[in-house]
Amino acid sequence: MTSQLMAGKRGLIMGLANDKSIAWGIAKSLSDAGAELAFSYQGDALKKRVDPLAASVGSSLVLPCDVGDEASIDALFESLKAEWGTMDFIVHAIGFSDKNELRGRYVDTSRQNFLTSMDISVYSFTAVVKRAAEMMTDGGSALTLTYYGAEKVMPHYNVMGVAKAALEASVRYMAEDLGKDGIRVNAISAGTIKTLAASGIGDFRLIMKWNEYNAPLRRTVTQEEVGKSALYLLSDLGSAVTGEVLHVDAGYHVVGMKAVDAPDVTKE
Amino acid sequence: MSEVEDRVRKIVVEHLGVEEDKVVESASFIDDLGADSLDTVELVMAFEEEFGIEIPDDAAETIQTFGDAVKFIKGAQ
Repeated sequence: MTSQLMAGKRGLIMGLANDKSIAWGIAKSLSDAGAELAFSYQGDALKKRVDPLAASVGSSLVLPCDVGDEASIDALFESLKAEWGTMDFIVHAIGFSDKNELRGRYVDTSRQNFLTSMDISVYSFTAVVKRAAEMMTDGGSALTLTYYGAEKVMPHYNVMGVAKAALEASVRYMAEDLGKDGIRVNAISAGTIKTLAASGIGDFRLIMKWNEYNAPLRRTVTQEEVGKSALYLLSDLGSAVTGEVLHVDAGYHVVGMKAVDAPDVTKE
Repeated sequence: MSEVEDRVRKIVVEHLGVEEDKVVESASFIDDLGADSLDTVELVMAFEEEFGIEIPDDAAETIQTFGDAVKFIKGAQ
């Protein structure tokens, strides 16, 4: 059904770590739909993980990028420009915070970690979209990943919740800036998924259980499901959608209170 | 050799790409089996999935060797 949806489209996936990554669910869905992909990684530990995954979807464009460094971002896009000339989409699946501050109280966040979290988790999306947009000569689509902790207080999410709120606001401002060039900017607010990054969040298993028991669909979501929704936003199916934060969370964001039939996770 | 040991060894061999006979009780994931810090997190996640258990962060930090992993998993089951 979706086999030709992304035929002839080229794009960059940033933030793939391993086959549990949400970025991998997205990459597979785009590749299955015919897209040509490039990947960026930070550091050799991630390169050795990204290389085989990229190869498995027929991509040999695996490029280094430290999004905390302007020159590194420039070098990435210079390589892409030399290789492709133009591009059609970009996927940003990058965030960072000191994991010692992803437990306990938000109010104890240090200035340094606040600034680093905002830099890597928020500004990096703006920085890469600006450069990608210059290569999107025939319109394009940019996508980032956010979480419900941007909207409501979630245990332990702390400074990442504040950063994701800023990220979502940046999606709206870039949607306006780039809309006249036919470039759409959206975010997916994914339900809880056990990824490498999630392993840094305190009590993550309890949060997963709570979501499973209380989401309207009474389950969590998979990387593949986020991939399908990403395909919608990045392909022509989402051609009139921009500035949107799409919840792919089994409906959890509509819930106001624990489900009557949900077990008490704190007693398990 | 116990069933738990076999299952843990299989995960370690597959994940780190090491020879089965290198995965002995005292083998350190990082020092002897070439794991990096992400590997150690991925191994813990793989153990959790395989055995349906929870390995909290503070416990994960104490799992340095193959023997540590087997001991923790047996205790958690």
